Amino acid sequence: MRAAGRAYGRAMTQTTSASRSESGTAPPLVTMREVQKHFGDLHVLRDIDLEVDAGEVVVVLGPSGSGKSTLCRTINRLETIDSGDITIDGSPLPASGPGLARLRAEVGMVFQSFNLFAHKSVLDNVTVAPIKVKRMPRREAEELGMRLLERVGVADQAQKLPAQLSGGQQQRVAIARSLAMQPKLMLFDEPTSALDPEMINEVIEVMTDLAREGMTMIAVTHEMGFARRTADRVVFMDAGRILEVAPPDRFFTAPESERAKDFLSKILHH
Amino acid sequence: MGSLLASRAAVWDAFTTTLFLAVTAGVLALLVGTLLAAMRVSPYAPLRTVATVYTEFLRNTPLTIVFFFFVFVTPSMGFTFAYKVAAVIALTCYTSAFVAEAVRSGINSVAVGQAEAARSLGMSFGQNLAIVVLPQAFRTAIPPLISVLIALVKNTSVAGAFSVLELFALSKRLTNAHSSDVIAILVGIALCYLVICIPLGRLAAALERKAAFAR
Ligand SMILES: Nc1ncnc2c1ncn2[C@@H]1O[C@H](COP(=O)(O)OP(=O)(O)O)[C@@H](O)[C@H]1O
Ligand SMILES: [Mg+2]
Repeated sequence: MRAAGRAYGRAMTQTTSASRSESGTAPPLVTMREVQKHFGDLHVLRDIDLEVDAGEVVVVLGPSGSGKSTLCRTINRLETIDSGDITIDGSPLPASGPGLARLRAEVGMVFQSFNLFAHKSVLDNVTVAPIKVKRMPRREAEELGMRLLERVGVADQAQKLPAQLSGGQQQRVAIARSLAMQPKLMLFDEPTSALDPEMINEVIEVMTDLAREGMTMIAVTHEMGFARRTADRVVFMDAGRILEVAPPDRFFTAPESERAKDFLSKILHH
Repeated sequence: MGSLLASRAAVWDAFTTTLFLAVTAGVLALLVGTLLAAMRVSPYAPLRTVATVYTEFLRNTPLTIVFFFFVFVTPSMGFTFAYKVAAVIALTCYTSAFVAEAVRSGINSVAVGQAEAARSLGMSFGQNLAIVVLPQAFRTAIPPLISVLIALVKNTSVAGAFSVLELFALSKRLTNAHSSDVIAILVGIALCYLVICIPLGRLAAALERKAAFAR
């Protein structure tokens, strides 16, 4: 699965921008149309339209409170939406029940606070969903789990509890846990924001590898280096709206909106 | 002391009856209470309402009235239980409300991110509870749950007033028969309760230590 995925993925990432504009035959993996979301009186997502193609890496930027987390969370329906449509790989998000669970299994999510299952060993964290949700035999799941832990560089910690690991290690386990479900899409919500500076790179490296292997990703992150090097597109949000969508080189050198200029000057000169 | 020793066969019977009530109602109340706690956090509003009403109602009703209901009221509705069975049902209903509250507070102490991670991996509500939330909830719920169980052991004495010959009923009988030996009899009976409750307290301490290591 890995080798095939990698080859396929490379081709996808390398041709993404071209194929997006030219052929446009493959349907987008994620489509959000006119999505609206309120928290009480607060209008947190306004007229969100976004398409993400298979193999694409989208980085979401924006000031705190602009709705980035909420955007991610609506895509696997950890938050409901008030109106609009979200489809994943052509299927609309079901409201609840087994259909929703199946769909969630295809969308991995990595949280700022890792959220590893505190009472389970590192390996169990990675194997529990394949075993319980996909009914994968335990041995197979453990082989897969060890392969994934090796891939993110924490195989030697497999028998420990999450609390015994550093933040960077925990976040890499969390990524492995999501990958164990073989998702079509990975969502990252500020995966490095809770980490000490010296641990940020180890997580960014894993994410970069994943992108290179062709994983479709939507990542909220303040790691501008990652955005510049790895993103196919940058989505800039402010006050619940998507204000700009641009390739990273254009966004970072010539942002269009005042809000984006303002945001970049704060981020880049702090 | 002499009268207690003289009736040790009766004491043993009463002790095993108390133990039977406590263990049976304890196990059933843990099951029913956990189910109630699960209902209270379920996504289905009707289940939440039923569980909330049940819990609030039974938590705030004197145990004697619950006994009264199963001993005297349900027979008139066509459900007659043996006294011991009625006692187990009454104790289970009453105690399960307290178990539900203890487990629910345990559930609330589990970080929301745990359940969100489980959902994002495609787990159903039941899997989420059984695999991720409840095992962690029980760790925080151990001290209050043990208190609930210790209260249950003592509450079995109410059954004595409803024709079940357990320790408390026996102590009344013995003190009536041997009025000169009241203090020795009461101390002896109290010791019997201690024999059940102290290991429970020990168990609590051991479980807590284990949970602390595993955290
Ligand atoms: N569960 C919630 N209830 C109420 N308001 C919320 C909730 N979650 C987020 N918000 C509010 O919605 C807005 C957007 O939040 P969020 O999506 O977390 O922004 P970001 O991730 O860009 O910082 C903020 O004003 C935040 O306070
Ligand atoms: Mg956020």
